[in-house]
Amino acid sequence: MTSDIVSFASLAPAWPELVLAVGAIVLLLAGVIWSRERSTAIAFLAIVLLVAVIAVAIWQPAEGVLFNGAFISDGFSRYMKFLVLGGSAFALILSTSTAKPMGLDKFEYSILVLLATLGMMVMVSANDLMSLYVGLELQSLALYVVAALKREDPKATEAGLKYFVLGALSSGMLLYGASLVYGFTGMTQLDRIVGAIALDNRSIGLIFGMVFLLAGIAFKISAVPFHMWTPDVYEGAPTPVTGFFAAAPKVAAMALFIRVVTVSFGPVTHDWQQIVIFLSIASMVLAAFAAIGQNNLKRLLAYSSIGHVGFALVGLSAGTAVGVEGVAVYMAIYVAMTIGIFAAVLSLKTKDGFVETIPQLAGLAQKRPFIAAMIAIIMFSFIGLPPLAGFFAKWQVFLAAVDAHLFVLAVIGVLASAVSAFYYLRIIKVMYFDEPKEEFAVAPAELTAVMGLSGFLIVTYFVTVGSPLYAAAHSAAGSLF
Amino acid sequence: MTLALFFFYVFSVIAVASALMVIASRNPVHSVLFLILCFVNAAGLFMLAGAEFLALILIVVYVGAVAVLFLFVTMMLDVDFASLRQGMLQYAPVGVVVGLILLVELLLVGGSFVISPNVTSTSVVPIDQTIDNTRALGQVIYTRYVFLFQGAGAVLLVAMIGAIVLTLQHKTNVKRQNVMRQISRKRSEGTELVKVKSGQGV
Repeated sequence: MTSDIVSFASLAPAWPELVLAVGAIVLLLAGVIWSRERSTAIAFLAIVLLVAVIAVAIWQPAEGVLFNGAFISDGFSRYMKFLVLGGSAFALILSTSTAKPMGLDKFEYSILVLLATLGMMVMVSANDLMSLYVGLELQSLALYVVAALKREDPKATEAGLKYFVLGALSSGMLLYGASLVYGFTGMTQLDRIVGAIALDNRSIGLIFGMVFLLAGIAFKISAVPFHMWTPDVYEGAPTPVTGFFAAAPKVAAMALFIRVVTVSFGPVTHDWQQIVIFLSIASMVLAAFAAIGQNNLKRLLAYSSIGHVGFALVGLSAGTAVGVEGVAVYMAIYVAMTIGIFAAVLSLKTKDGFVETIPQLAGLAQKRPFIAAMIAIIMFSFIGLPPLAGFFAKWQVFLAAVDAHLFVLAVIGVLASAVSAFYYLRIIKVMYFDEPKEEFAVAPAELTAVMGLSGFLIVTYFVTVGSPLYAAAHSAAGSLF
Repeated sequence: MTLALFFFYVFSVIAVASALMVIASRNPVHSVLFLILCFVNAAGLFMLAGAEFLALILIVVYVGAVAVLFLFVTMMLDVDFASLRQGMLQYAPVGVVVGLILLVELLLVGGSFVISPNVTSTSVVPIDQTIDNTRALGQVIYTRYVFLFQGAGAVLLVAMIGAIVLTLQHKTNVKRQNVMRQISRKRSEGTELVKVKSGQGV
């Protein structure tokens, strides 16, 4: 048996992962030896490491299949990796000044975020059912720990435990599905499963396996009906952790979802399309109605993220390259909006502590007009008002659905979007038209910068990042079809 | 009777007998020692089957590490095994029934299990008869699936970090030994010369 690893240069497609893995272990050693008090320095170095990994990925655009087919680097995986790395880096930036009051001032936090990011990169590049599972477990296990990191807080512990138990259940379903798929095709490599399906002419066992596999992944993107953990975990975990959960892991799991259905299950597109359409409609509708009654800001954002996953799945349910392109654009804009809104939520601080509920936002526009304006911009973008970025995201996915003659899905999506406008607008109303009750603390500089960047990109999307992003998503989707 | 068959019966009889003694002996330390005997005989069976790597791993890992750990735990913890053993005869019939059902199920599955004749031709990693199985395992784990092997290692690293960060307590009111402070201590810090006037005491 020969290996395809003959030299260090032949590993070029996996260099970003290798740099991240080695860097995370070096930082872990540094943290252990260097004393446990310097968590800020480790967090700073972790951000530098993530930027370095992005630089390596840009400098070395090698593509190819490695490790006997377990790992693939193509246009799609590179696009998604940039989103994942960017999401993680910004999540770490969000936690630099808020780590201490949030109980995250342990150097292990940054290390676990790095290792979770490594897991996400493996997920995005997975070309085999086994590497898919290893990546998913690496990411999930790190996330369970991060959720419960503030161990004195019963809510955080509950969030961690709940996430762990339900996550283990979903991993079990995923493994069951993977074993069925392997049993009925004899292959674990994603791009070979497709050949076996074409020969086999869709056996019922294979469809069973696919359904379980997709159910496991749907849990990770928190699509309805596998969303139950999301509001509790988002509410219980410390806010910087919630910001991290909402951005990068969703992108990685969505990338995995897209790769599995498009690469492996191309011949049975009709079968998985039904599942994706159901997940999409259920997520959009449930999120739109369930969020109305929420008073807690983080729970509301949890339902909002469920809704956004539903909208992104509208694009995937088309099952075409245009649809995948739409999802890719949607996820990029979703990450930018999510990071922005969590920067804003983290900078809302009164003398009693961090703002957690919507009524506490009353009169924010008079006290802190900049934060209020940024939240308003992001909320309008969440709704999908032109010319903000959120509009173009939804436009792309609905266009793909209409192209694929999924008119009912598109109409339901637009209606759900209109319902969801209610709770987004309610926040704006509370901020701008209610009487101020409390004084808000001055936001830290880096949170203001992140908010400003997010708001700037959302407002100027059409003239600045819009067309390069579209081109990148186009070539990313092209590498799958 | 060939020599291999003779040793097969020797190993399997001792293995089954020692396994029985694991649950039957009164002293828990004896149980662990019988467990070790059982492992060694199972290793002999592996050796007879031509799986020399598994045989040695069984001895090194299970006998060398796991069983010794068991031994330490049973000796350290003062568990009252006599009270745990109460009612064993009372529950024995239920256990026997469950065991019989499992045996029948195993026989049914084992009897009806058929391996497709063309399975070796479609296997992802076909068995190479020309090399010994230590080398074959090494090639599968460290060459073909090296990525997954390292990935699994990363998962275990995360599990270790998680276990430590979620459970380790740093107590502040505990006096710890500081070796550097101890060896860098000077005589002047530890002793005091007191002039005592005669007849008055300190």
